[in-house]
Amino acid sequence: MTVRDIQEILHATVISGEEHTDREVHTACGSDMMSDVLAFVKDQSVLLTGLVNPQVVRTADMMDMVCIVFVRGKQPDEAIVRLAESRDIVLMNTNLRMFTACGLLYDRGLRGGNDGNE
Amino acid sequence: MAMSDEIRLRFEISGDDFTRAGEASSSVKKELKKLGIDPQAVRKVAIAMYEGEINMVIHANGGAIDVVIHPDCIDMILKDNGPGIENVALAMQEGYSTAPDNVRSLGFGAGMGLPNMKKYTDEMQIETERGVGTTVTMKVHI
Ligand SMILES: Nc1ncnc2c1ncn2[C@@H]1O[C@H](COP(=O)(O)OP(=O)(O)OP(=O)(O)O)[C@@H](O)[C@H]1O
Ligand SMILES: [Mg+2]
Repeated sequence: MTVRDIQEILHATVISGEEHTDREVHTACGSDMMSDVLAFVKDQSVLLTGLVNPQVVRTADMMDMVCIVFVRGKQPDEAIVRLAESRDIVLMNTNLRMFTACGLLYDRGLRGGNDGNE
Repeated sequence: MAMSDEIRLRFEISGDDFTRAGEASSSVKKELKKLGIDPQAVRKVAIAMYEGEINMVIHANGGAIDVVIHPDCIDMILKDNGPGIENVALAMQEGYSTAPDNVRSLGFGAGMGLPNMKKYTDEMQIETERGVGTTVTMKVHI
């Protein structure tokens, strides 16, 4: 699926990076702990999170992720948006909660990646 | 790069602005990409240095990071004048953290950073003294 598909499935609003929404994504992860994302994520390209601070973008950047979805309608500030733009990372938000957002994406074929259980 | 060539980068890390933590790692990542270094090696350096940079900010009130890019490896030296690490073996264990709740609410403090740095680098040493500071040295082969 593409970043655009994620936006449609989650009824999300693209906040920035509209020009990158045709990128292909195969795996995702959901977490509010950046420590865990850094430690356990391998090649996931989408991060769903309820945490809003610049370190979310930096973490995604270090992991070469292409898209961040803020759940529960969280809105990043201007500095976070600019940071994401400079890293070519798409930002979007959805009013859905974490569990539901992840479930919908899983149902449509997005997977968690290399966690040994799939 | 010829064998004798090396590129040195130095960053001062501020200890009182968490929102800027990671800027140094981010610029190193960009620089390595620009040099055309293998993406796997770039990712290893980026993650290990970012974990170390965050540690400097949340545990040691900042410090300095030197990065030396050699033709066959990348060295990172992270030096701070923070409180030091009382028990390194314990600190290296997954899940061990002294981070306060406010750090956890920022998304860090799971006690995964040091083990992760070890995992992503080919060599890692910690020199530390209580009340004096900590120096973490890491090497990633290209
Ligand atoms: N530069 C440092 N100066 C002083 N203490 C440190 C330093 N780096 C790490 N520590 C100590 O080692 C512990 C473990 O570090 P580690 O990076 O593994 O976990 P953390 O930073 O607490 O959480 P996480 O990295 O998962 O966000 C820290 O909680 C802290 O007590
Ligand atoms: Mg840490």
